[in-house]
Amino acid sequence: MRALERHRKLSAIWASETGFRGWFSTVNHNDLGRMFLFTAFLFFIIGGLLAMLIRVQLATPHSAFAGPEIYNQIFTMHGTVMMFLFAIPTFEGLAIYLLPKLLGTRDLAFPRLTAYGFWCYAFGGTMLIVAMVFGIAPDGGWFMYPPLSSAIHSPGINADFWLIGITFVEISAIAAAVEITVSVLKYRAPGMSLEKMPIFAWYALVTALMILTGFPPLILGSVLLELERAFGLPFFQADLGGDSLLWQHLFWLFGHPEVYIIFLPAAGVISTVLPVMCRTTLLGYGWIVSAALALAFLSFGLWVHHMFTTGIPHLGLAFFSAASTLVAVPTGVQIFAWIGTMWKGRPELHLPMLHILGFFVTFVIGGLTGVMVAVVPFDWQAHDTAFITAHLHYVLFGGFVFPIFAGIYYWLPHFTGRRQFFRLGELAFALVFSGFHITFLAMHWAGLLGQRRRISAYAPEDGWTTINLISSVGSFILAIGIAMILIDVLLHVFTARRSRRNPWNASTLEWAMITPAPAYTFASLPQVSSRDPLAREPELATTLARGEGFLGTPRDGLRETLAVDSASGRPEMHVLYPANTRLPIIMSAVTGLFFLSLLLKFYWIVPLALAGVIVLAWKWVRSLGLRDDPAMQPVGHDLNLPSSATVERAPGWWGSVFLLTANGTFFAALLFGFAFLWTVAPGWPPPVWFTPSVAELALGVAGAVIAPLAMRRAIRRNRAGDAPLFSVLIALSGSAVLGIACAALMLRAPAPTEHAYGSTLLVLGGYGLFHAIIAALMGGFLARQIRCGYTSAKRRAAFPIVALWVKYTSITGAIILLAAHLSGMLS
Amino acid sequence: MLAGAAAIFGLVMILLGLSFRNRRSSGEEAGQIRVWILGLGLGFPALVLGALLAYGLVIGERLVPRQGVEAVQVSAQARRWEWRFTYADAPALETTGVLHIPAGRPVDIAITTADVIHSFWVPRLAGKLDAIPGHTNTLRLEADAPGTYQGVSAEFSGAGYDGFAFEVVVHDNSGWAAFLRGQPE
Ligand code: HEM
Ligand SMILES: [Cu+2]
Repeated sequence: MRALERHRKLSAIWASETGFRGWFSTVNHNDLGRMFLFTAFLFFIIGGLLAMLIRVQLATPHSAFAGPEIYNQIFTMHGTVMMFLFAIPTFEGLAIYLLPKLLGTRDLAFPRLTAYGFWCYAFGGTMLIVAMVFGIAPDGGWFMYPPLSSAIHSPGINADFWLIGITFVEISAIAAAVEITVSVLKYRAPGMSLEKMPIFAWYALVTALMILTGFPPLILGSVLLELERAFGLPFFQADLGGDSLLWQHLFWLFGHPEVYIIFLPAAGVISTVLPVMCRTTLLGYGWIVSAALALAFLSFGLWVHHMFTTGIPHLGLAFFSAASTLVAVPTGVQIFAWIGTMWKGRPELHLPMLHILGFFVTFVIGGLTGVMVAVVPFDWQAHDTAFITAHLHYVLFGGFVFPIFAGIYYWLPHFTGRRQFFRLGELAFALVFSGFHITFLAMHWAGLLGQRRRISAYAPEDGWTTINLISSVGSFILAIGIAMILIDVLLHVFTARRSRRNPWNASTLEWAMITPAPAYTFASLPQVSSRDPLAREPELATTLARGEGFLGTPRDGLRETLAVDSASGRPEMHVLYPANTRLPIIMSAVTGLFFLSLLLKFYWIVPLALAGVIVLAWKWVRSLGLRDDPAMQPVGHDLNLPSSATVERAPGWWGSVFLLTANGTFFAALLFGFAFLWTVAPGWPPPVWFTPSVAELALGVAGAVIAPLAMRRAIRRNRAGDAPLFSVLIALSGSAVLGIACAALMLRAPAPTEHAYGSTLLVLGGYGLFHAIIAALMGGFLARQIRCGYTSAKRRAAFPIVALWVKYTSITGAIILLAAHLSGMLS
Repeated sequence: MLAGAAAIFGLVMILLGLSFRNRRSSGEEAGQIRVWILGLGLGFPALVLGALLAYGLVIGERLVPRQGVEAVQVSAQARRWEWRFTYADAPALETTGVLHIPAGRPVDIAITTADVIHSFWVPRLAGKLDAIPGHTNTLRLEADAPGTYQGVSAEFSGAGYDGFAFEVVVHDNSGWAAFLRGQPE
C-alpha cells in the first residue's frame, strides 16, 4: 500500500462528518483540541474586554461609568471567566490536541468523554455569559464568600449562576483530567517508558492529578452553598451551626492548587519550547519532573495563606507561612534549570523565545512579591489591596499568558500548516510586555498606598488618581498588543504559505507528521527508544507515513490503537475507538437541563433530566459490548495483542480509578467539613442529636460487606467459566441494602434546616444513597450483559470495573453510617 | 524586603542576559546540574527563604496580643456599612463610625460582625483582621501619638463597600478620661 493510499484510507476511517455538522458528532482529539482552544480564546477576549471596563472605571476618581451593582458584576465575571473559562480550558485544549501527538498514539483514552467535556464547558460557559448579558451575573467576587453570597444578602439569581454554572464547567475539567491521566499512563507509543516521555506529558499528568484532587473541594463547596441557598440547609450560617469559614477552607483548598494547575502546563510549554529555541536539550529532566511533583504536593498545604487575616491561630500562621515560602524552592529549581538550559545551548530570538523572556521577567517578579505576601505581617497590610491583584496578575499573566503566547507561536505551524513571516508579532510582543508592566507595576504602587481591591470608586483626596490613570493607559497598550497578536494569528491562518515539516528542528513526535495534522494523527505508530525520537531519526515522519511502524494497515474501517504498560511502555493491549457520535453532545445537553432546572427552580424537571442521563449513560456503555470472544489482534512487526475487552485492567478500569480518586477527594472534603463544623463552628452542640439505630447500622454495614465479597466471587466464577450471574445479583442486593440504610439516615436526619448537623447528615446520607444507586445500576447493567451473552471467561473487562465501584460505595457508605450513628451514640 | 527582592530579580536577569553571550558554557551535564539545580535552584532559595521566614516570625510574634500586659478593651462590630464601637471601661458608651482609644497603651479590639464578613484595617496602626460571623477576633494595637487615623473595611461586602470607612481618634490621657466620662473635649 502506498503512503498516499494509506493516507486516504485512514482519513476516511478517522475523519469527522463534513461541514459544521461534524462539530456536533466529532470525537477526534484533533477537532476537539482545536474547539477547546478556540472557545477558550473567545472567553479570553470576553474576560479581556471586562478587564478594560474595570480599568475604564478606575481611571478617574468618582467614576460615573458604572455603579457598584454593575461594577461588582464586571470584576466578578472578569475573574471567573479568566480562571474557569479561559485558563483551565486552555490547558485542557492544549493537552487534548498535543498529547496523542507527543506520545506517539492516535487519540486519547476516551474520545467520547473528551467531547462530553467540551460540550459541558461550552454550555456552562454560555450560561454565565448569558447571565452577564442580562445583567444578572454573579457579583460577590470570584471567591464568592458567604454570607455575602448567601440567600439573605444575595437574594437574586446571580450567585446561583456562579454556583451552578461553574459546577457544570467543572465537570469538563474532571472529565479532561481523567482523560489526560489515563492517556499519559496507558496510551503511548511502544517503547516509550516513563522516563522517555516528553516533558510536557509529565506536566500534563501532574496537572491532571492536581485537578482530580483540587477541584472536588470547590465542587463540594458549591453544592453545599447552593443547597443552603435553595433549600435553607445552613452550612455556612453561624447562628445555625454552620460557619462561613468552612467555605473559605473549601474554596482555597481548591484555589491555591488552582494557581499551580494554571502554572504547571505553562511550565510544560516552556520546558518543551525553550530547549528547541536554544538548540539543545533540557537541563535536568529528572529534576524538573521531581520539582513539578513537589510543587503539586506542596501546593495542597498552602491554602491557609489566603486566610491569614481571618484570625487563624498563631501556630497555624507560622506553619502555613513556612510552607508558603517553601514552595518557592521547587519553583526556583525549574527557573534555574531553564536558565541553565539557555547557558547550555545557543538561544535564538524567535517569537516564542521573546514571549518566554517576557515570562521570565514577569513571573520572577510575581514570585518575589508572592514570597513577600507569604510573610504574615506584610500580608496583614497588603491583603485585599491592589497590591494583591497586581501580584496575582504577575503570576497568572506572567506564568500563564506569556508561555501560552510562546506556545501559540511555536505550534502555529502545526495548526495551520504554515509559517509566520510578519514582523507584527514582535511589535505586538513589545506592546503586550510594556503595557502589562505599566498596568500592574502601577497597581502594586496603588496597593501600597492603601487602595483596596474591588472598589468601584475612590476620591481625589486619596491621592491615587495619577497612578490609576497610568495603569489604565497601560492596560490599553496591553489590549492593543493582544489585539495585534490575534490579527497576526488570523493573518497566518489565511495568508501564509505552507511550511516544511518540523520548521523548528524539534525532536518531539508531534512534528513527525504532515501539518496540519491528519485526522488519524500517525499513519503508523513509532517504536520509541529515546526522549528525542526525531533527533535520532530525522526521517521518522516518512517512515511512519509509509506504514513501517505499528498498526500501519487500515482494517475494516476500525479506529485502532494500542495501549502500553504504564512504566515500561511495553505494548499491552489492542484498543478500538468509538466512531463519530452525537451521544456526547446530547448527554451534555441533558446534563445541562439538569443544572438549568436547578437554577430556574423547575424542580419537577430534575428527576426527568437525571433519568435521561441514566438512559444515555446506559446507551453509552452498552455500545462497548462484544458478542464473541475476540482473537489476538495483529498490530504489525509480528506482534499480537489481546483485545482490551479481554484484559483484567481495561481502559475503563483505569478511568474509574481516577474518577474515583476525584470522588474520594470530594468525600474526604465532606468529612473534613463535618469535623470542621463540629469542632470550630460556634453554634455547636446541636439542639437535637441523631437517634442511632443499631439495626439500621448493622443492616447497612452488612450490605456494605457483602456486596464487594459477592463481586469478588463473581469475578472468580466468571474466570473459571462458571455462571457469575447469581453473585452479581447478590452484590446488587448488598448495595441496595446499603442504599436503604442511607435513605433511612436521610429521612431521620434531625431538622436539617435548623442546624448544620442535620444538614450534614442529610448530605452524607444523600451521598451514600447516590452511590448505592450507581452501584446497583452498574450491577443491573452487568447482569443484563451476562444474560445477553456479552461476557465470557475471556470477555471479562466489565467485572473489575463494577467491582471497583461497588467497593468504593461500600467503603464510603460504611463510613457514612458509622459517622452518623456514632455521632448520635456519643452525644 | 524590597531591596532583597530587587537584588534577586537583578541576579536572575543578569544570568538570563549572559546566556545570550556568544559562547557555550563548557563542562558536561553533571557539572551544570550541580551549579544550576543544586546550587542556584535548591540552595539559594532555601537560604534566602530561611532568613526571610525567621524574620517574619519574629515580627509576627511581636504583633500578637500577649498575656500579662493590661490592655484597654474595646469592641468593634461591623454591619453593612457601619462600624459600632463599645468600650469596656464605659459600658454605656457606643460610638458609630469613630473609634476612640488612648495613646501609648495597648488596646485589644474585639472584632465581630452582625451580617457578612468585613475586615478591620487602620493601615497606620496595624494590619487587617477579619470580622467573621459567629467568631470574635482580637486585634492588639498601640498608637504612639494622639491624632486621627483613617480606617477602612477591607473585605468586599457588596454595594456599599466603596465608602465603608471609619476613623480612629487617639486621645492623650486627659482626653481619654474625658471621653470615658462622656464629655469629649
Ligand atoms: C488582559 C489583561 C488583564 C487586565 C488588564 C486585568 C485587569 C484586572 C483588574 C484591574 C482587576 C482588579 C479589579 C479590582 O479592583 O479588584 C482584575 C482582577 C482579577 N483578574 Fe485580571 N486582568 C487581566 C488578565 C487576567 C488574567 C489573564 C487572569 C487569570 C488567568 C485574571 C484574573 C483576575 C482575577 C482572578 C481577578 C480578581 C477578581 C476578583 O477580585 O473577584 N486577569 N483584573
Ligand atoms: Cu495561594
